[in-house]
Amino acid sequence: MGAYELRAVEEVDSLIERSRPKIRVLIAKPGLDGHDRGAKVVARALRDAGMEVIYTGLRQTPTMIAEAALQEDVDVVGLSILSGAHMALIPRVLRALKERGLEDLPVFVGGIIPPDDAEALKAMGVWEVFGPGTETRAVVQAIQESLQARTAHD
Amino acid sequence: MTDLPLDDDSQQLLDQARLGNRRAIARLLTHLETGGPQGQALLAALLPQVGQAYVIGFTGPPGAGKSTLIARTARLLRERAAPIAVVAVDPTSPLSGGALLGDRLRMRELVSDSDFFIRSMASRGHPGGIAHATQDVVMALDALGFPLILVETVGAGQAQVDVAQFAHTVVLVEAPGMGDEIQALKAGLTEIADIIVVNKADRPDVKRTVQAIRAALLGTVRAGEGLHHPPADALDIPQAEGGWVVPVLEVSALNGQGLDELISALALHRDYLVTHHRWETHHRRWVRSQIETWLQRRIWALVQTHLDKGALDHAVAAVMAQETDFTTVAQALLEDTLKRLRSSD
Repeated sequence: MGAYELRAVEEVDSLIERSRPKIRVLIAKPGLDGHDRGAKVVARALRDAGMEVIYTGLRQTPTMIAEAALQEDVDVVGLSILSGAHMALIPRVLRALKERGLEDLPVFVGGIIPPDDAEALKAMGVWEVFGPGTETRAVVQAIQESLQARTAHD
Repeated sequence: MTDLPLDDDSQQLLDQARLGNRRAIARLLTHLETGGPQGQALLAALLPQVGQAYVIGFTGPPGAGKSTLIARTARLLRERAAPIAVVAVDPTSPLSGGALLGDRLRMRELVSDSDFFIRSMASRGHPGGIAHATQDVVMALDALGFPLILVETVGAGQAQVDVAQFAHTVVLVEAPGMGDEIQALKAGLTEIADIIVVNKADRPDVKRTVQAIRAALLGTVRAGEGLHHPPADALDIPQAEGGWVVPVLEVSALNGQGLDELISALALHRDYLVTHHRWETHHRRWVRSQIETWLQRRIWALVQTHLDKGALDHAVAAVMAQETDFTTVAQALLEDTLKRLRSSD
């Protein structure tokens, strides 16, 4: 009796564990522009890809974004900016994340970002920049790759 | 206490979380949500400190304004009980297994303030509407020293009953124009709610909804209670014979109308629980439901582990073809599982 109990419990534990892991993503819009359609489309696509998406909406300050990332213990942060203020806002978000020990979180940026700026952002530590017309599938894939890379790094 | 030892990482995480490190708290909650041996070991280690926090559940139909109401309530209560934890549960998509958690959207005033800690959770397929792990998370926040925990759940029909398992006070939030739904809830209304809020009182039609609720409450008074009293009396609630009279409050989370009354009603209900020795009863029920939930989870997992692949699909097909009924099939599956368990001995 005892032997079977032990094995059964182990089996159940492995079953429960296997059924659970979920990718948690924060989608936020820093700055003042009011165009949240892209962010919503991406949020929905990620949900449909099986992820848990915490959507915080418009006009988020860097502190609000970093706090949300911390409290929600997300795996990935996605930022949408269409105001043109990305070079001012994103470094502040990255700094706010770093202040909380979250500098290892992959950060993605979507919006209208000129190529030179995109390169500069990546040099600052942004994982990937997505322009208009990006297929949502590409975003899903990039997130999965970033997490695999991070796990491998660990 | 448990046969599950904490590994070094989990022990360190627990120590940090107990010191109030918010990142450690957040990570610990993830472990509880994920389950597995370390999640269970963490929960077991936290159990002895559970039972101090006051837990308020907010439930009601989508669009009733629960998130906004919670944000306003939390701000008003910060002087009395900080830090305040908010746990917001949204449904998991049954198709993809993903979820869109948008409650923070309406709680932005709490976001970058160290008096508050907000956690969004997905229901992850639990049919009751409450995330499977919500109870665990609430328990952990309690043990980690949050004196007040506000839980938001998607309420649709009977799912609301779930929240009563672990909230000391259940606030049912309705909005004007939901009169039909009130009728449907009629029988269960007082079992679900300790306080009823008709939110969006700045809108027309609020009186009609309040009247519909009051009419539904009349004649469904809980044992030992008098008839329901109008909301004007809500702050002077007669507590004859140990009964609690469910107040119906008109509130506008938007412009602040009625919020003070809600705060007072919450304080009254808390006092009521303490003076009528319901606090302890409540805690006992909570522990009991933990054990029951755990058994349900394990037994279901055991059945899943021991069934042949496709056995469930075959059973579904047989019932669909009207060859048998689902009670018979379920009984057979259970017996099959038990037989396999015995023979694997």
